Amino acid sequence: MLNSNLSIDEILETSEMLYDQMLDIRTLTMGISLLNPKLNSKSIDQLCDFLSGLGKRFIDAAKEIEEELGVSIVNKRISITPITVAFPRFEPKFYVEFAKKLDQTLKDINIDFLGGFSAFITKGMSPQDRALFSALPEILSSTERICSSCEAGNSKYGINVSSIKEVATMLRETSIATRESDGVGCAKFVVFANAVNDNPFMAGAFHGIGEIDHSINVGISGPGVIENVIERNKDSDILELADHIKRASFKITRLGELVGRKAAKILGIRFGSVDISLAPTPRENDSVAGVLEAIGVPCVGYPGTTGALALLTDAVKKGGAMASSRVGGLSGAFIPVSEDLGMISAVKNGSLCIEKLEAMTAVCSVGLDMIAVPGTTSVDTLSSIILDELSIGVFTNKTTGVRIIPVPNKKAGDMAYFGGLLGYSPILPVKNVKKSKLIERGGMIPAPITSLRN
Amino acid sequence: MKKRVVILVIGEDKVGIVYNISKVLFENNINIEDVTQKVLDTKIFTMTMLVDMSKSKISISDLRKEFEVVSKEINVRIDLHHEDLFYSMHRV
Repeated sequence: MLNSNLSIDEILETSEMLYDQMLDIRTLTMGISLLNPKLNSKSIDQLCDFLSGLGKRFIDAAKEIEEELGVSIVNKRISITPITVAFPRFEPKFYVEFAKKLDQTLKDINIDFLGGFSAFITKGMSPQDRALFSALPEILSSTERICSSCEAGNSKYGINVSSIKEVATMLRETSIATRESDGVGCAKFVVFANAVNDNPFMAGAFHGIGEIDHSINVGISGPGVIENVIERNKDSDILELADHIKRASFKITRLGELVGRKAAKILGIRFGSVDISLAPTPRENDSVAGVLEAIGVPCVGYPGTTGALALLTDAVKKGGAMASSRVGGLSGAFIPVSEDLGMISAVKNGSLCIEKLEAMTAVCSVGLDMIAVPGTTSVDTLSSIILDELSIGVFTNKTTGVRIIPVPNKKAGDMAYFGGLLGYSPILPVKNVKKSKLIERGGMIPAPITSLRN
Repeated sequence: MKKRVVILVIGEDKVGIVYNISKVLFENNINIEDVTQKVLDTKIFTMTMLVDMSKSKISISDLRKEFEVVSKEINVRIDLHHEDLFYSMHRV
C-alpha cells in the first residue's frame, strides 16, 4: 500500500493469525489497589460499589478496543491487593461475605474473574491468613468468579512445609465441597513459589504491594501462531527455528502491548505489563503440546519434550522482550493439562505423566497446572507434590505454582470435567501414601545459598 | 486527525466486489486513500483498502455491521481493523 507502506502480505499474515491461528488477547486484567485510606472504614457493600464503578469503566474500555482493532479480548479480569494485606481480619466470616457479595457484583458487570483472595505464608501463617484459609473451602465452592492464591516459598526465605500442609488440607476440603463438579473449586486456587505482583492470569493474579493505584496488565494467546510458523519451516535446523519463533513472538507481543497501551490511555491509568506466556485453550490450533510436537517431539511426554520446551520458552521470551517495553507477569509457557487438547490426549494415551510435567516446569515456569488427581490422594501426598514443585521455583530463582485438583470419587484414568476454559482431563495416577515423615516433620526448608547476594 | 482503517476483502473472484465495497464507503462519507488488489491462484480475490473515517459519522462497529450484510450478499469475507494493529505488529 502506497500511503501506509504496509504490504498486502503483511495484512494477510495478521488476518491469518487472527482468524485461522486463534490469536487473541487472552486476558486484559485491571489491577486495583485496596491500600487506599478512603477504603479503610468502608462496608462490604461500599467496597463492592467501589470495585463495580471501576469495573464498568474497564469493561467499556475493553469493548471499545475490541471494536476498533477487530481483535477479541477473551477475558476481562480484575486483580486486587491481597485481601489479607488490605483487610486483615480474625473472622473467616468477613472473607466469605465479601467474596459472595463480590461474586454477584462481578456477574452483574461481566467481569470474568477476580484474583487476590491471597495470602503470603512463606514464613508461617498470621491470624488473618488462617481466617482466609478457613473461609476458602466455602468461598471456592459457593462463588464462580473469585480466585485465590498464596505464596508458600520464595528464593529469599525458603519453603514453608507446614504452610504447604495447610494448603493441601484446604484443597481436600474444597474438593469435597465441590464434589458434584469434580472438585472444580480447587481450579480457582494456586500455590506459588516466588509469586509475582503483576500477573494478569488466573487463578494467581493479585495486585501486588508496591503497585500503584491502578494498572493494566495483558496476557496474550498465540500457540496457534507459533505452531503455524514451525509447520511452515519444516526444513529449518533448530537455530533457524528459534529465530522464526522469535519473530512470531515479537508480532503477537506487539498486539498485547498495543491493547495494553490503548486500555491505559482510555482509562487514564498506568500501563503495567505484557505477560508473554503462551497460553493454550482446549480448542483446535491453540495447544502448547501441538507446538512441541511441531518442533519434532514424537508425542508430548516422550524424551525430548523438556529440550523442545526450553527452546520454545526461551525463543518466545527473546522475541517478546524486544517487542514490549514492559514485559512482566509470569512470562513463561503454560502447560495446563486440562486446558490444552494436546496435553489431554498425551495423558490419555499414557505418554505424559506427572513426573514428566514436573521436569518440564524446570524450563518453562509456570508449574504443575490444572492437574487432576484421584480423590483419595492424601494430604501428605498432595503436600509432597506441591513441595517438589515449589522447590524447583525456589532453587532456580523463578516462579512456579501448583494448581492441583483432587477429584472426589474418581480414580486414575477416569475423566474429570471442569467446564469452559478450564477444560477436562483424564485423572493422572500419583504414587500415594497416607503419611509422609517428610511432611510430618513440618518447619521450613532454608533458602538456597544463592539467596545470600548482599 | 485521521482515523485510518484497513479493510481486507477475501473471496471467490466475481463481478462487482469493488463496487459493493466502495458503495458502502461512499454512503458513509469514508475516503479511500489506497487500494491494493490481487487475484491469488487465478480465482481467490484479495483486496486491501486503507480508508480514512475521520469525516464519517459511523463508528467502526456499525460499519462492520453494514459490511456483514454485504459480506453475506456477495459471499466474500470483509474484515476491518484499525491501522494501528498492523503497524504495531509489522514495524519496529
